[in-house]
Amino acid sequence: MLVFEKNALSEEIELLVDKYGMDRSSLLQILQDIQRKHNHISDFAQQEIARLLNIHPVEVNSVISFYSFLHSEPQGRNTIKLCQTISCDMAGKQNIEDALTRELGISFGETTKDKKFTLEHTNCMGMCDQGPAMLINEKVFTRLDPEKAVNILKEVE
Amino acid sequence: METKLDKIKKRTGPVLFSKYTRGDAIKKVISIPREDVLFELKTSGLKGRGGAGFPTSTKWMLVAASTADKKFIVCNADEGEPGTFKDRVLLMEYPELVFDGMVVAGYTIGAKTGIVYLRGEYEYFLGQLEDYLMKMRDDNLLGKNILGKEGFDFDISIRLGSGAYVCGEETALIESLEGHRGEPRNRPPYPVNTGYLGFPTVVNNVETLSSVPHIMVKGGEWFKQHGTDKSTGSKLFSISGDCEKPGVYELPWGTSLYVLLQLVGAKNTKAVQVGGASGVCIPKNKFDRFLAYEDIATGGSVIIFNESRDMLHVLENFMEFFVEESCGQCTPCRIGNTKLLEGVRKIKSGDYTFGYINTLKDLGKTMQVASKCGLGQSSPNAFISILENFKDEIFFHNGNGSK
Amino acid sequence: MAKENNPRIPVSQQPFKVQKPEDTTTIGGTISIEINEKKVTVPFGATILEACKENQIHVPTLCHHPDLCVAGVCRICVVEVDGMRTLQTSCTFPITSPIKIHTSTPMVRKARRHIIDLLLSEHYGECYSCFRNENCELQTLAKEYGVDNYTFGHITTPKFQVDRSSASVVRDMNKCILCKRCVRTCIDLQEVGCLEAIDRGHETHVGTFLDKPLSDVICINCGQCINRCPTGALRANDPSDQIWNAIDDPTKHVVIQTAPSPRAAIGEEFGIEPGQSFTGELNTALKRIGFDKVFDTNYTADLTIMEEGTELLNRLKKALVDKDESVKLPQFTSCSPGWIKFIEHFYPEYLDYLSTAKSPQQMFGAITKTFYAKEAKINPEDIVTVALMPCSAKKFECNRPEMNSSGFKDVDYGLTTREMAKMIKEAGIYLPEMPKSHFDDPFGDASGAGLIFGATGGVMEAALRTVYELVTGREVPFKNLNITPCRGFEGIKQASVKLENCVEAYKFLEGVEVKFIVAHGTANATKVMEMLRKGELNDVHFVEIMACPGGCLGGGGQPIPTSEEIRTKRAQAIYAEDESLELRKSHENPHVKLLYEKFLTEGPCSKLSHQLLHTHYTKRGKFIL
Repeated sequence: MLVFEKNALSEEIELLVDKYGMDRSSLLQILQDIQRKHNHISDFAQQEIARLLNIHPVEVNSVISFYSFLHSEPQGRNTIKLCQTISCDMAGKQNIEDALTRELGISFGETTKDKKFTLEHTNCMGMCDQGPAMLINEKVFTRLDPEKAVNILKEVE
Repeated sequence: METKLDKIKKRTGPVLFSKYTRGDAIKKVISIPREDVLFELKTSGLKGRGGAGFPTSTKWMLVAASTADKKFIVCNADEGEPGTFKDRVLLMEYPELVFDGMVVAGYTIGAKTGIVYLRGEYEYFLGQLEDYLMKMRDDNLLGKNILGKEGFDFDISIRLGSGAYVCGEETALIESLEGHRGEPRNRPPYPVNTGYLGFPTVVNNVETLSSVPHIMVKGGEWFKQHGTDKSTGSKLFSISGDCEKPGVYELPWGTSLYVLLQLVGAKNTKAVQVGGASGVCIPKNKFDRFLAYEDIATGGSVIIFNESRDMLHVLENFMEFFVEESCGQCTPCRIGNTKLLEGVRKIKSGDYTFGYINTLKDLGKTMQVASKCGLGQSSPNAFISILENFKDEIFFHNGNGSK
Repeated sequence: MAKENNPRIPVSQQPFKVQKPEDTTTIGGTISIEINEKKVTVPFGATILEACKENQIHVPTLCHHPDLCVAGVCRICVVEVDGMRTLQTSCTFPITSPIKIHTSTPMVRKARRHIIDLLLSEHYGECYSCFRNENCELQTLAKEYGVDNYTFGHITTPKFQVDRSSASVVRDMNKCILCKRCVRTCIDLQEVGCLEAIDRGHETHVGTFLDKPLSDVICINCGQCINRCPTGALRANDPSDQIWNAIDDPTKHVVIQTAPSPRAAIGEEFGIEPGQSFTGELNTALKRIGFDKVFDTNYTADLTIMEEGTELLNRLKKALVDKDESVKLPQFTSCSPGWIKFIEHFYPEYLDYLSTAKSPQQMFGAITKTFYAKEAKINPEDIVTVALMPCSAKKFECNRPEMNSSGFKDVDYGLTTREMAKMIKEAGIYLPEMPKSHFDDPFGDASGAGLIFGATGGVMEAALRTVYELVTGREVPFKNLNITPCRGFEGIKQASVKLENCVEAYKFLEGVEVKFIVAHGTANATKVMEMLRKGELNDVHFVEIMACPGGCLGGGGQPIPTSEEIRTKRAQAIYAEDESLELRKSHENPHVKLLYEKFLTEGPCSKLSHQLLHTHYTKRGKFIL
């Protein structure tokens, strides 16, 4: 990481700490904002957050590793989360899964070479009446069929 | 500022989906003492809609009686139970119910801050909720001296979850709000005593809070007319799986499964999973059982399986869910669920003995009593009920759907 | 200790806030309950576990540790409480109403057995090949509950690589049962914070920042986690094989120094109740094992007092007489290597406050390979110095690159009490039945002042005995030289001694009230450093800090288990030994005097002593690369 990138990131975290308050209870909000913008929370960012909130870096790391939407490792620019829970499963999730892996050439848990997509499973996302469903970033897509799912990918930047 | 939402309401139901005008409950309660609000709530017999069924008035009373400097009302909008989506409908289409309910709670228990813990998956309508809160502030339904009531200050903020089912457990939710791993706490102390940041906190489900404005406007007696003796009012059911009309239905407590299945157009139904992955599986011959705290208590998830479904596959899906979503702190849940999942896979591959399966069922019973929180205590339910009820299909391949 | 009022402990782990009446004789001070059909009266707010213990009912525990905040995660201590649907963990449940408890019902026993079975299914390895065999809480429970087969299978391949990166601590997470005692030790008790639970669900494991090797993260090597680990997941880096090799090599002259704390605790490894010293027996045993010379670390503890005390007097002179504002006061002790690494990481801007004197261990190494080598006419190259220490951080300390002032590695191996006991057993010796013998010359005699270094406050007490007498010409005004304000296990102790009628050379100290602070455990060290940062220590002159709770006698290399009760007994053993000695003041140690006459002829804090007995520190900082 370059020095000016580090400085910019530090400044960004400082602003977030100002915004949410210098308190442990702000941690999750800060992490979510960093994750949203940078697609991951780098080790440097984790240590900066720990420093500013006066907690230990491993505590930040521990929290990140607990929540499935937060990541220490870089993700693709867009994260596809396909629901794997029973209702979507019964509605044909496996077909969508096959279509997505075929289309992107990666398996679940991986990121495409161009860093455009990361493919993940997620547990029930509350779209059980409209399955199969998936999230791309925070946007939700329902009543998927393989063709529709693949077409959605094409529209994503 | 009129949003599109105000116009497109077409749901109907006896209680929650009955007519309600934004702010009515708040107007009503600020003119009466807190004791009367609690009395009305007690009369209604409202119980927690998350599934546990703890009397709401008792919870509020405990916090209202506390002399702590700060108190909190937290709305648990982290619905993650497989097959549940009623909170999504309430928050998207009836935000006035949820938020007015929180304001009433704030008034009654003496809290100045309300927090909505919204699951990360619902981030896509966060903006819409924020807009709605702004509108409430504009109309003095939130903020300082609400509706002119001197000294009644209350505001609501929304905090997002980050993809952890266990955070729907109220103490894990509080841990998460405090910036920790979402690991459930030891109880006692209960949140009403030591909650968010150590202060007395009421944690209520979205649906519970949404019932409050109706009770305030129409009265506890009116609410009690719906449902059964022990389960007053109505319940939202999230219907998914093999049926023609999945979706959210408002039905009075006490409705039998049979009636429900007819209503949603379910055909050739073999089994119904009530209460999501942590609920129980009800086979065909027991569809006369009814949905109420006294029979099948539930948070409202109903997943329907028709004759073509492989119940072992369903069970495997549930157990995979728990292995991933267990917080991992206590032994019975962390390792126990793994063992149950391994057991399901052993059955699947034919590499099992009945002796071992019985040991696992026994283990499940231990998990039900020895786990730290509701997740571990309820995760073996599906394992035990599916293996009991579908013995023939699973072990002797006699069912219509298997293999 | 860290249990109370530590805002950093998550609310979840704080004990239930119960307004406990001050004493149990007041109305409402006690509560009547029933345990196993027997009516008993217990203090209001006591946990079920405490209530059971008071009434001689054994409830098994794993994640519970008397030094740590509550967790309630292993679930082994579950009991039945009438009227509750689920079993309750006795370590967390406060008694505030007249409940009925059942500690041994079929449901309870089955649950406990299941929990043990589950833990064993994921616990890699076999007991007979584990160093904690016969001292493992999981193994004991398995035996108690008759778990004699692996009901839920047994993991056959390791999931984690053993982390041997650290000079002090070896982590084998394959044996971890996730009781999180180490996490609570590291974060709450020591406030070092290098371990936490990582990941979720079945993937949960205890890890470091980004699962980096322990040597790459901020670990102070205190080893407190090792002392609290119920299984073999954590251990010290054991050099005993290399030491055996050295002993077996006829060309090597193997010298061992023994510190006072291991002597006061090693009996525990042989089944003796805590609180008995085995100094003389240990000397014999070590000789029989094959060490060429057995020396007393207390000798260099006395030397440390001479150097560190002189340094303090020099600083005071510079500050009071020369009005030199660059002088840093208070002076902090530097004997505890865990504390040194702690300050290097967390307060690098305050390193100048540390005494530059080396720890007794390192002084011994330097003197052995110079003065002793010359006296005994042995090539220092052929000398192997071993240090028996209560400490895992000493292993890191002796490997510091700056610790080679003799021209060689001053101390070759740091050995913990536990490893020493293992070597003694391996040699076929039962320590308690050894005849007593003396230490070897030329470092045979040591004072009681050096001895009490083992307990928190000991360095301070030893220093005061010497400094006070040097300055005033009189003994410290405490009965039997026992400076009681320095003693006891209070987290931070403050006291002062007034200097009056000073001798000519120290007239500048006339009327000065020497203020001192004693702290133990790095959580308390943090508090002291924050006081320093806020300028609250401007009138304090001397601060003693030990990284481990209780001081060295509670060190990370000491026998397992540890608790305040055990530490108190070890302290009693140490103080009793001090009082039994003729020689109680460092500056009266004849061998120390001899060293200054024959070798360090220019006296304490001179050029040669600086070269051999003093060191410098590294600004490490908190950033993890």
